[in-house]
Parts: sequence; structure tokens; C-alpha cells
Amino acid sequence: MSQKPSVKEIEQNLIDDFGLMDNWEEKYEYLIELGQDLPEMDAALKTEDRLVKGCQSSVWFDIHCQDHKVVFSADSDSLIVKGMVAILNEMLNGQPAEEVLKADLTFFETLGLWHHISSQRSNGLTAMLAHLKLAAADCLK
Amino acid sequence: MSKDILSARNDFPILSSQVNGFPLVYLDNAATTQKPQSVIDAISNYYSTINSNIHRGNHTLAIQATDAYENVRKKVATYINAASPDEIIFTRGTTESINLVAYSFGEAFVKPGDEIIVTQLEHHSNYVPWQLMCQRKGASFKVVPFDENGDLDLEILADMLSEKTRLLAVNHISNSLGTINPVEKIVRMAHAAGVPVLVDAAQAVQHTLHDVQVIDADFYVFSGHKMFAPMGIGVLYAKEKWLEALPPFISGGNMIDQVTPEKITFNVLPFKFEAGTSNVADVVGLGAALDYINSFDFQAIQAYEEDLLDFGEELLSTIPGLKIYGNPKRRSAILPFNIEGIQHFDLGILLDTKGIAVRTGQHCTQPIMDALRIPGTVRASLALYNTREDLEQLAHGIERIIRRIRS
Repeated sequence: MSQKPSVKEIEQNLIDDFGLMDNWEEKYEYLIELGQDLPEMDAALKTEDRLVKGCQSSVWFDIHCQDHKVVFSADSDSLIVKGMVAILNEMLNGQPAEEVLKADLTFFETLGLWHHISSQRSNGLTAMLAHLKLAAADCLK
Repeated sequence: MSKDILSARNDFPILSSQVNGFPLVYLDNAATTQKPQSVIDAISNYYSTINSNIHRGNHTLAIQATDAYENVRKKVATYINAASPDEIIFTRGTTESINLVAYSFGEAFVKPGDEIIVTQLEHHSNYVPWQLMCQRKGASFKVVPFDENGDLDLEILADMLSEKTRLLAVNHISNSLGTINPVEKIVRMAHAAGVPVLVDAAQAVQHTLHDVQVIDADFYVFSGHKMFAPMGIGVLYAKEKWLEALPPFISGGNMIDQVTPEKITFNVLPFKFEAGTSNVADVVGLGAALDYINSFDFQAIQAYEEDLLDFGEELLSTIPGLKIYGNPKRRSAILPFNIEGIQHFDLGILLDTKGIAVRTGQHCTQPIMDALRIPGTVRASLALYNTREDLEQLAHGIERIIRRIRS
């Protein structure tokens, strides 16, 4: 994780990738593929206290602070939510806490996913990011 | 001459629209139905021609608006065969109707140690208001369970009914499993024990028997928006003796007779329960929706929907890994299912990419999901404008998603 590109660079790569898909179905299939490539979360970590509230599906986050960087593992029983977790993982895992605090959801809008799924209160993207930011704030203390 | 059901589709402008580049397949009717052009026009015409505040004005428009509003009360009374239009109270919907009864009945008749019975098949709206009322009044909250088929256990109900029971609240049709409960029998059982019954008919009034005198319900509640009428309008029917006995729920203008600092007397029925300015336009819309339903032969609607449900159930059953929940003695218009290895939430989003609208989640019935030990279901629900082609689109959509995800 030492040579991790900046959040902005990763964002641009994802925007380019999703830009290649011309319909919703392809975008979701790509999102699901990203989720399937997400590193496995240790089953023992999928506990009640690691569940993110506010999602129609179950999402677990295990977050640590290492050298002022936010490090986490996460999983979901929804393939689509897991895809969103994978994007958050690629963008924010191992990034300095200040970067995580600055992270902005409008990027999902650029992917063409924001309006479509994140406007639903049940999908929990907002809740997931809030969860990460809370941990990032703790990390800076 | 009744209208042909297969022509119904043409009456709903939204059904010819495209969603995400595909023709809309609308299978979320248990959440809300679409509106025919006649209902949309009725609301628009009301505001264009006779809009005025009702009951108090003496100018022409006020009289016309009052007549339009009161005519719908008569239409509702006729539709559900109430003994009198005075037994029809307009509310915002099923939820408000139940809250009204839970509050007013609780104030008048429930004391510590009493019992209220609901069932495990209830929507939260026919569960939580009773639970909260029991907490306020120190009463016990009893729940009749359902069996492995999704039918209520009436033997347990028989055991629960006692001289402590003040009221039984039950739905006619479960919004989550589609079970048609034998409400006539349930009401007879409760009445034999001296217990009044509230029937939640939100999923029933547009699909099945809706004669309050045959059912013999003391309270019967439903929403307009699930029967082709606008959102924000609903009905509470109650036998007159109950409406006379209950105190008002909401107070203010229109519902009073005399007011002095010392004393209030209430207006006659039904106005005692309709404080404030009424939602006249949506009542007019509800009237147009009833006219719309009445333009068909109701038995033909029932037969058509039953056939469609059987077709859908059979079609979905052929999909490997698909499990339909519940196998009740009688089911109405609702198909709840899951696919092995694919979360309900994902299936809903992926079907939407093909313009297919279903509902996913718990459907405001956590006690049902807990009993089935599942986080949620996909629910396809039908209305009279749905066709076999809609269900074929659903099945194709599901099969395609399964292929893509498993490849």
C-alpha cells in the first residue's frame, strides 16, 4: 500500500472505466465484478457491532488507524453493495485520514451510479462513508 | 355493459412509459397502484372548476365542492355496503385510520390488565399503533402466530380470546405473503367472545370481497392509493355505535358543535372525526377511482387476477433456485420470493435496469421476516392491468440475472 495513488487519481481511473459501459446493466455487472474481487473479510469480524446501520442489506466494516492512515476490511451480503464497498476500498483504504475526511460522494454521481442507487435511503452508501469519516476523525486525535 | 379487463392497460398513461430504456413492467401494486387517466382528470378538473372550502361556505363553488365531496362518501358507502354514509370517515390513509381507532378506542375502553390481539401477519401499521396504545394504557399486547404455510393459527386465536380482550386487529390480506385471511370466520369467533374487530383491508378492498356487513367488521380501513386513487386519502369505516362511543382523535374546526371556555359539544357524524380542511381534491379522485373499478364486473376482476397469480406462481416455480414464500390456503395478487445466492436488494436493482419494478426488503413486516428467518424478500404484486406478458418479462429478467451472476 506504500505506492498507493491519490484519491483523485483512483477516482479518474474509475470514471474512465465506468465511462466505457453504456447501459445500467453493464455498469452493475462491472460493479458486481469489482465486489467479487474484494479481498475476503475474516468471518470472525462480521459481528453485530461492525454492522453499518441504515442499509437494506448487511454491511460490515472493521476499521483501524495505522500511522494516521485509515485501514479497513469490509464485506456485504449484497453483491451490489459489495461492489460499492470495493470502490471505497480501492479509493480510501490505506489513505491518510485527512484524505478520507475530504472524500466526496459526488464522485459516484459521475460514475452514473449516484442518482440511481444512492438516492435510495436503504443502500447505505452515505452511512458507509460517514462510518469511515468518523474513524478518520478518531485517527487524527 | 362492463369493460373488458384486457383493455385496462390503455387507461393508465404511465404504463406506456419507458424506464431505463425499457417499457415499464409495473409489479409493485401492493405498494401503490398506478392511476387511470379518469382519476388524474378528476383531480385536475376539481381544481380547474369547483375548488373551494367545503361545508362552511354558502357560495356556489363551496356548495358544488361540498356536493362533490359528500357524493364520494355515498359512493364509498355503497362500494363497501356500509349501512349509512355517516359511517364513512375520510382520513389520510390506512395508517391514519388505524391510529385514529387505536387512540380513540384506547381512550374510551382500554384499562390496565386488558388485552389487545393482533396477528403476526400484520403490516407495522396494524401492529405498532396497538403496541403503543397498550404501553400507554398498561394493557397486554398479544400476537396470533401464522403456521408454516402462512395461514393464521385460529386455534391459538380461539385460546387467546377472553373476557380481558378489548379488540382484535387483523388484516384481510397480508401485504407480505398475500395470505387471504378468513376474516368472516375470525370476526364470528371474536364476536362470540364479545370482542370487536378492526379489519385492515388495504390489500383487499380492490381485490376481493369488500362487503362490511357480510364481513361484519366493527372497523374496516383502507387507502385510496392502492385502489387507483391518489395518495393521501383513505377511509375509516366503523359501525355507527362505535363512532358515537369514541372520542375524537384530531380536534379543531368542522368537528365541533358548540364551543365555550367551559364546554365543547361535538358535531354529528361523520364530521366529529374530520377536523380541519379536508383533502377534497383527493376525495374526488377516490370517487373517480371507484367509478373506474365499478366500470368492470368485479367478479371478472377477481377471476382474472386469480388466473394471473396462478400463472405467475407456476412460471416462477420453474426457475431453479427460486423459492416462493408461504403456501396459504388462499393467496391474493402477491408473490414473495428469493433466489438462492442473490440478495433481494440486488435482484430489485438489477430488474430495474430492465424497467421491471418490484419491491424488495421487509415490506414493513419485520415480525414475518423474523418468523421466516430471512432478511427480506422480492415481492411482485399484481393489479388488474397486469398481463401474462408482464410476468413473462419478470421471469426472463430473473433468469438473465441468474445466468450473468453465476457465469
